[in-house]
Amino acid sequence: MNPLLSGLPPRSGLGLKTEHFREVLGAQPDIGFFEVHAENYMVAGGPFHHFLGLIREQYPLSLHGVGLSIGAEGPLDSQHLQRLAALIERYQPQSFSEHLAWSSHGPVFLNDLLPLAYDAPTLNRVCEHIDQVQSTLKRPMLLENPATYLAFQRSTIDEADFISEVIRRTGCGLLLDVNNVYVSCINHQRDPLAYIDALPLHAVGEIHLAGFAEDTDSLGDRLLIDDHGAPIDNAVWVLYRQVLERVGPIATLIERDNQLPVFSVLHAEARQADELLHCAGGRS
Amino acid sequence: MSTQAAFAAALLDPQRPCPDGLFSANGADPASRFAVYRNNVQSSLINALADSYPVVLQLVGDEFFRAMAGLYVQSYPPQGPLINDYGKDFSEFIDSFEPAASVPYLADMARLERLRVQAYHAADAQPLRHEQIAAALSDPQALSELTVGFHPSLNLLTSAFAVVAIWAAHQQDATLAGIDLGHGQNALVLRNDLEVEVFAIDHGACTFIQNLRLGQPLAQALETAPDFDLSQTLALLISHNVITHLHHKVSP
Repeated sequence: MNPLLSGLPPRSGLGLKTEHFREVLGAQPDIGFFEVHAENYMVAGGPFHHFLGLIREQYPLSLHGVGLSIGAEGPLDSQHLQRLAALIERYQPQSFSEHLAWSSHGPVFLNDLLPLAYDAPTLNRVCEHIDQVQSTLKRPMLLENPATYLAFQRSTIDEADFISEVIRRTGCGLLLDVNNVYVSCINHQRDPLAYIDALPLHAVGEIHLAGFAEDTDSLGDRLLIDDHGAPIDNAVWVLYRQVLERVGPIATLIERDNQLPVFSVLHAEARQADELLHCAGGRS
Repeated sequence: MSTQAAFAAALLDPQRPCPDGLFSANGADPASRFAVYRNNVQSSLINALADSYPVVLQLVGDEFFRAMAGLYVQSYPPQGPLINDYGKDFSEFIDSFEPAASVPYLADMARLERLRVQAYHAADAQPLRHEQIAAALSDPQALSELTVGFHPSLNLLTSAFAVVAIWAAHQQDATLAGIDLGHGQNALVLRNDLEVEVFAIDHGACTFIQNLRLGQPLAQALETAPDFDLSQTLALLISHNVITHLHHKVSP
């Protein structure tokens, strides 16, 4: 892993949930790092900053944005970018990441990670936006591959090639979300491992693992939904091992945002990832 | 309309068809997949409102709340990516939402819950130590010209309904038995260290605190306030750590 892209340790980490603030501080569990959604901490004061400040003193931190809308047709929200810069200045996270997606149109924020048409104009726009992010924040960012449910007839570039070209042009890193790979590949009838092998794996700075929900489309085919509301699926664990064989041990987040279980359940998943990371380290 | 404009419009309006130019690799109807995005947008924003307005939800029930919140989301989607802020004017929507008219205190409950969210995330400020306050209050000559600075979390709400009692009941067993719902109350909302607290205070105390917030010195703030228990009100403000500054107003 390129240490310039992410300073996170090659361990498993957990999303920091407000429900777990006091337990984390009290028990000080052996967790490699914590990750927070940047937008949740764009508040003036109060318990969120109080607890994050204390937890940051003891753990490495990954700051994960969910509202920058890097793929939007319009310009980036410069005020939002300044808020991100201020958070980074305050908490000095080891990593900052955002999504290959859009979530705002004009002033309207849609609160979801929406899909992009992969063509030359989108490629140019995404690269310009990432250049702007990296020059404003004065650090490289990691870009997360999306989970998608639909494709655009307009698209002329394969998603993995699109991501490779963004990374080549901007020098950003890759946040490889293995669950998103699996979800998208099932939804678009692709081979997950072939997709992973088409990505620029040298640029992976962090890995995400999560659970998905399962639905069916109009043909009755499996339609997987990236809802972060279930334990990690066995198929995703298998794919994760194959990723580690290729990239070695890299900071891995267990994401859980819905149907939140007690902390010990999440910690058990983190330990499972840590064992695989340990094995991957022994091999490299 | 641009691709994203059409996509965004169809996400927010379930009456619109799935946008053109989309397909599924397996040949499935793209509308059946577009529905995932539409549901994500709608349900995540409704959930955000449910998180901010838990007592409003309890008062009308889950089904009614989600239907009402869904209409609000369609008419007033977020105007920025900070979801903690979303739904600031939900109370005004409720005011004009006919089906909720049978719960006349619903909009004021939304106002109270919004003040609680604001207090939770308000800027931090160091309260004065109790002995500093005691020293400042001990000089009767200077007392009348004293101005008071409050913690940024402090706010007031005047309601024609027993909004504090109704809120408090929903922290327990949610029974409204024994509450005179039409008995107006004044709410004082503040954050004491990390906890948001809500108190019912007299109309006079509410006017007095509001006058102080406007920068009036103690004597002037008292003049226009109806009768209330001053020492009890000061004791409440002091013991809950919301006095951050005391200044002697410089005479012109």
